[in-house]
Amino acid sequence: MMLYTTARTAFRTLRRNPMRAMLTTLGIVIGVGAVIAMMEIGAGASAALKKTIASMGANVLVVRPGTASSGGVSFGAGSTTTLTPEDSQAILRECPAVRNATPMVRARTQVVYGNRNWVPNAIYGTTPAYLDVQDWSILAEGEPFSDRDVLNGNRVCILGQSLVRELFDNESPVGKEIRIKNIAFRVVGVLSPKGANMMGFDQDDVILAPWTTIKYRVTGASLSTANQSTSTASDAVNSLSNLYPTAQRSLYPEQSSVQQADNPMPVRFANIDQIMLAANSSAEIPLAVDQITGVLRERHRIRAGEPDDFNVRDMAELTRTLSTTTKLMTNLLLAVAMISLVVGGVGIMNIMLVSVTERTREIGLRMAVGARGKDILRQFLVEAVVLCLTGGAMGIVLGHGGSLLVRFLLKWPVETSPTAIATAVLVSAGVGIIFGFYPAWKASRLDPIEALRYE
Amino acid sequence: MELITLRGIEKTYQMGDIAVPVLKGISLSIRQGELVALTGSSGSGKSTLMNILGCLDRPTGGEYWLDGQEISTLAADERALLRNRKLGFVFQSFNLLARTSAIENVAMPLSYGAEHLSEREARERAEEMLTRVGLADRLDHHPAQLSGGQQQRVAIARALINHPPVLFADEPTGNLDSKTSEEVLQMFERLNTEDHITIIMVTHDPKVAGHANRVIRMQDGVILDDAPPVAGSNPKTPEGAP
Repeated sequence: MMLYTTARTAFRTLRRNPMRAMLTTLGIVIGVGAVIAMMEIGAGASAALKKTIASMGANVLVVRPGTASSGGVSFGAGSTTTLTPEDSQAILRECPAVRNATPMVRARTQVVYGNRNWVPNAIYGTTPAYLDVQDWSILAEGEPFSDRDVLNGNRVCILGQSLVRELFDNESPVGKEIRIKNIAFRVVGVLSPKGANMMGFDQDDVILAPWTTIKYRVTGASLSTANQSTSTASDAVNSLSNLYPTAQRSLYPEQSSVQQADNPMPVRFANIDQIMLAANSSAEIPLAVDQITGVLRERHRIRAGEPDDFNVRDMAELTRTLSTTTKLMTNLLLAVAMISLVVGGVGIMNIMLVSVTERTREIGLRMAVGARGKDILRQFLVEAVVLCLTGGAMGIVLGHGGSLLVRFLLKWPVETSPTAIATAVLVSAGVGIIFGFYPAWKASRLDPIEALRYE
Repeated sequence: MELITLRGIEKTYQMGDIAVPVLKGISLSIRQGELVALTGSSGSGKSTLMNILGCLDRPTGGEYWLDGQEISTLAADERALLRNRKLGFVFQSFNLLARTSAIENVAMPLSYGAEHLSEREARERAEEMLTRVGLADRLDHHPAQLSGGQQQRVAIARALINHPPVLFADEPTGNLDSKTSEEVLQMFERLNTEDHITIIMVTHDPKVAGHANRVIRMQDGVILDDAPPVAGSNPKTPEGAP
């Protein structure tokens, strides 16, 4: 008997008892539906979880200058002054594994508003790309400063939530002016709250401003020089509102313009304290580290065999958490899917066994008119597979509908997964064959005489 | 021509340690075109003999030649093919598939045959068979919508769909009233005389046996009597007499 005819017969037989067929399929419908819904909701949850962990900085890499030493005295990490904003641009341009990069200078000083003052954990001079790197693009209020602000060294800033609390008593600070080292900054935006990081460091206790403004107007020096007892201010430019001089008193007598012309100082590029980068994904972090190292070594003219004058660091702990969580979620989903399908399969087997008993006489008759054991086996197997595939199709619709409903009603992230659908179809057919085999085999082993006499 | 030849057919059932002989050496031959009635009281072994003749069961001893082929040693699958091609069955309880139209019931054996007919050919052949048993206007009726006599006629059409030379009927009138019984038996006679189909029916009813042109009576696993029906037992159909 040809498979097509068998399938037709199976359909007809199933149509003869639609109620039983429906009940049988229900197990698979629910099983496959549960699998699809779980896979889609789970994939969405997994993606959201990954995103959350990534927002903690799992994809973030930090490039810091290496150690300088002089006469056996090491100046500690970040004391060379070779890292430039152009390095940051070059990395972004030349490393495909890097999504975004931003140069950063740091300061730590008093901030004043009205009669209140506060020393934030960090004042970061950076570019708008920092918000993207840190996954912090959604502001609580206002808007970020622009690249033009960075170019012009405009005195604008974004405040963290802790500063709003300390300086503004939770009133809106947007449009107001705060003073950092007596330089007035207009507040253009407020960061959304982020809380403490894994080290207990309050991430909301921060001010962001264009790095040019911080470097040239506030610190007047990079951190590396500020760390040292000698202040060799690299840039003499100062703020326009130079009410109180910010630069430290020079140790050397001031040169006249003639002296300066006679003894030109080597032109120094602006050095920055660190470059913060985001890799495309946590999987691409090692690749990104390689590319960054290559680019920087070339730009810094470091010969082969010589040590780097910079360090690239990743958030290894977070990355590990991320991969563990992802694996855990995948396994959880797999376990749930397997259980639902086994339950559905056992349901199919039960009803098929009942069906074999109920149709004993039919089997006997079919054998009497010439059906061989394998014909009966095939008929019942095809019936089970047809049931399972129909149930699988209905389950896909149901599961997908369910996950869409979850998305609309609960606003949960949901990801449509074609793999899950393909797997569900294959698995439901597989379940049909595996769990349909025993009843079909039982039917094929019936003795036609006994079967015909069965009441 | 000898269509069926049995030589010393024995059948013994094993009930635990006790061997129960049901058929104790049956030898008979049936020629093509005969209308044979197999009678006997219950427990006489007539059903067992019928199952062996119908290739549903294998004898424990003896030879069974059907249409020039020794078949007592055939495997189950070979016997299934033989049943499909050469034998037709009519049962006491009709055994039609419920909630399935008459035409589909009739076409059902075709799906197990060696010749792969298309859907349309199968339908045409089933329609032809149903017309032959006088149910041309009941093609798409389900068994529940048919009377007992009509159901049995559907069953006969199904038995004949593969044009078998032999038709087995196991108490074909057992579930029918006397009027429809008569119709069914007349149909058997017509098939026998017009189409030369060999018909073997099992019955315990002497009136039914009276329609046959040969009656084999069995008792305790042996043939008691093999003769034309007793004249007068069936006054309605005198043509049953030799």
